Amino acid sequence: MSAPALQRPVVGVTRTAKLPPSAERTFANGLRVVAVRKPGVPVVELRVRLPLAATGGKSATAHTARLTVLAETILRGTERRTALQIAEELQRVGGALGAGSDADRFALGGSALSSGLPVLLDVLADVLQHATYPQREVEGERDRLLQDLAIARTQPGLLAAAALARRVYGTHPYAFELAHVEAVQAVTRAQVRALHASRIGPQDGLVVIVGDLTPAKMLDAAEKALGGWTSDAKADRELPPMPEIVPGAIEIANRPGAVQTNIRFAGASVPRDDPSYPALLLAHTVFGGYFSSRLVANIREDKGFTYSPRSSLDHARAGSTFSVVADVATGVTAPALAETLHELLRITTAKVGADELDAARRYSIGSLALRSATQAGLATTLAGLLPSGLGLEWLREQPRRLGSVTVDDVLAAAQQIMAPSKLVTVLLGDADAIAGPVGVIAPVEVTSIADL
Amino acid sequence: MPRTATRPAAIRVPDANLEISRFTLGNGLRVVLSPDRSAPVVGVCVVYDVGFRSEPEGRTGFAHLFEHLMFQGSENVGKMEHARLVEGAGGVMNGSTHPDFTNYYEALPSGALELALWLEADRMRAPRLTQENLDNQISVVQEEIRVNVMNQPYGGFPWISLPPVAFDTFANAHNGYGDFAELESASLDDARDFFSRYYAPGNAVLAVAGDLDVAATTEMVERLFGGIKARKVPKLPNFGEPVPTKERRGVIHDALAPQPALAIGWRVPDPIRELDDYLASVLLAEVLTDGDASRLQRRLVLDDRIVTGVSGYLGAFGDPFEVRDPVLLTLEVHHPDSTKAGKVLDVVQEELARIRTEGIDADELQRVQARVAAQLLRGTDSLVGRTNHLAVVEAQRGAAELVGRLPSMLAEVEADAVVAAAARCTEDSRSVLEVRPGKAA
Repeated sequence: MSAPALQRPVVGVTRTAKLPPSAERTFANGLRVVAVRKPGVPVVELRVRLPLAATGGKSATAHTARLTVLAETILRGTERRTALQIAEELQRVGGALGAGSDADRFALGGSALSSGLPVLLDVLADVLQHATYPQREVEGERDRLLQDLAIARTQPGLLAAAALARRVYGTHPYAFELAHVEAVQAVTRAQVRALHASRIGPQDGLVVIVGDLTPAKMLDAAEKALGGWTSDAKADRELPPMPEIVPGAIEIANRPGAVQTNIRFAGASVPRDDPSYPALLLAHTVFGGYFSSRLVANIREDKGFTYSPRSSLDHARAGSTFSVVADVATGVTAPALAETLHELLRITTAKVGADELDAARRYSIGSLALRSATQAGLATTLAGLLPSGLGLEWLREQPRRLGSVTVDDVLAAAQQIMAPSKLVTVLLGDADAIAGPVGVIAPVEVTSIADL
Repeated sequence: MPRTATRPAAIRVPDANLEISRFTLGNGLRVVLSPDRSAPVVGVCVVYDVGFRSEPEGRTGFAHLFEHLMFQGSENVGKMEHARLVEGAGGVMNGSTHPDFTNYYEALPSGALELALWLEADRMRAPRLTQENLDNQISVVQEEIRVNVMNQPYGGFPWISLPPVAFDTFANAHNGYGDFAELESASLDDARDFFSRYYAPGNAVLAVAGDLDVAATTEMVERLFGGIKARKVPKLPNFGEPVPTKERRGVIHDALAPQPALAIGWRVPDPIRELDDYLASVLLAEVLTDGDASRLQRRLVLDDRIVTGVSGYLGAFGDPFEVRDPVLLTLEVHHPDSTKAGKVLDVVQEELARIRTEGIDADELQRVQARVAAQLLRGTDSLVGRTNHLAVVEAQRGAAELVGRLPSMLAEVEADAVVAAAARCTEDSRSVLEVRPGKAA
């Protein structure tokens, strides 16, 4: 073969994705519906986000437990349909619906064959307005949840997240996302029904529908099903601001005998519409946001300490966070922690290379396009953006904002958010094995995971 | 319970509308192109027709370790440069190892298509296999196993733990993640031999899907891959084993698990030679376990409340159209201590017997067909999912078109065939693995 075949090709110009046709309507009851036509397979994707702020302090545990049981039982019967009828009607149109919640909202999500959209919406509207939470179903789901919780509470990833939330949020509602066994045991049908009646309503709620149908047709179907939903529910309530993050000692949440240590860092960050956000997104990407990042190059590809280290930017109503995750063998905890700190110091004390910035920029723009290229991905992306006042316009403009970020902007954003002096450190692992070596880096404090 | 006559009409099950063209290069590389200009992104996937069923005895985990080595650089690509070039062009990339194939893929803005093809061609021609990279990736793979298996309750259940109960031969029974000692003893010679034997262009399929021009892409593929020398293509092994005629049982103890679990495996027809019967088994798994309307969810979880969760699927990773014979239909059950494993087994066989004696009515069958179709279509909407599926189905069946047609093929399966699939799931032919919490007594 001739030599030119071996030359690395130059990356060509890619046409800009067209903004898909969309339409939105806010019904008289305060429910906002956004419909987007995305060509592809004959399937529709549905996402529902209803604001439902968590509770903090003493009532937090009970609230989380009731909301968790509610989400598991809302699809188990209405005044018109039994649990079995709901399941069969959805299945008949190739559909499925699921419910869940986080600290800011109650969420439902699902999909169906395109021609089944009216059925999917009708079932959705029925459970939102007329769920009955039959006694037997509440009891059954409660018992099942207790078993599931027992499993969840043995999973290191979930335990590490809960230990980190406890440290970062203290008594703030965001610290109580993992339900407690005793609190779930105490949940009654009356409490679940009262929670639905008082907190789940259309006001300020959001419905996103994405499919290969005209937006107006999707909006009409949604209005027919949900336009008449009325409720006295007061969905939202005052949410305390994020507590100030106090770095302090390295916390070792003790998990005796663990073969790995789950290393976690977290600190306060900025929301997506903050002027410094595009620079921060690129700083995080260069640091640990993708496979080509410095963190992966160092502690995976050079040292072999870990399989999948990464950093993340997350956004909740009370505030945004920056976090770092690395699961490492117990024996290399201290050196892996030292290298991670080294990379945090490096990104906050010296400018990134122009080539590093360009690569992170192209990746961030490209991955945004890839996420929006499927119906399910676009629906989930929009459901995450719209409650924060962002949307398709923001998606369209984001490449331009990323395009103007300089290496100086990246350094300034990293210094503001990613400096180790501003982050808490939590290690879930075997304290007997790691407290000594880690104590050489900074003071450690050993805590229990029993009350997470 | 008899059904009323006012049952709603069945929904029409649509297919995915995929345009497909194919050609084969002189060196044997098979190529599938599937243009879809709806978004300016393109997917590239190379599937090598080798998975962990083919790794040699004493080298468990080698197919997966070798997949890691394919990311460590090649003749014109340095360590980490593959990821840097793909991600730096705005794309994502990864690879994965399965029982019957190994895949490598990129999804990127369509302007970077030629770069992705060049990268795949470079490592198909000459991966850079060094001792340093081998040592490093053995460590990375060991951490992957710690995360996913050793530090997890139910780690590797049942994809690692059921095969040694259900199968006799090393190929089918062994752990695809590998034994730590065997991973550590892997040598560069092993890697060179494995590459030479299994990574021949004639043993691979390249699929490109998305925003592409067929003529321009054909030219690029010919130019970039055409110069890779043809090598002998390994004969496709026959991994077949007789279907068990006597029940097989196994027990493992999991110190991290808080409750027991159970996996039941039955052999299903050959997914390639007996596709019609196999499709019926795919539907049976859904009849039994998909959603609250399915028979085992209703009976075990909602009515009798003796288990906390049940799922059912074909293939080690629930990928029914990406596997070769022998394949298991697996039921995975989590249950509390208060439920005996024997009770679960009895109820499962009772429900299978009910299907045999009472049959499946048209409404239930149509519901399940609609649901399976919707799930397949959603998978096809994902660029990475579609590209990979096209490559695997072409490699195993020479018929990538099947990817788009599966929904209507499943919709044509008749109730009797699903009843026959249930009749194959007998007590005598099942393999049962129990997971017991705590350390072995």
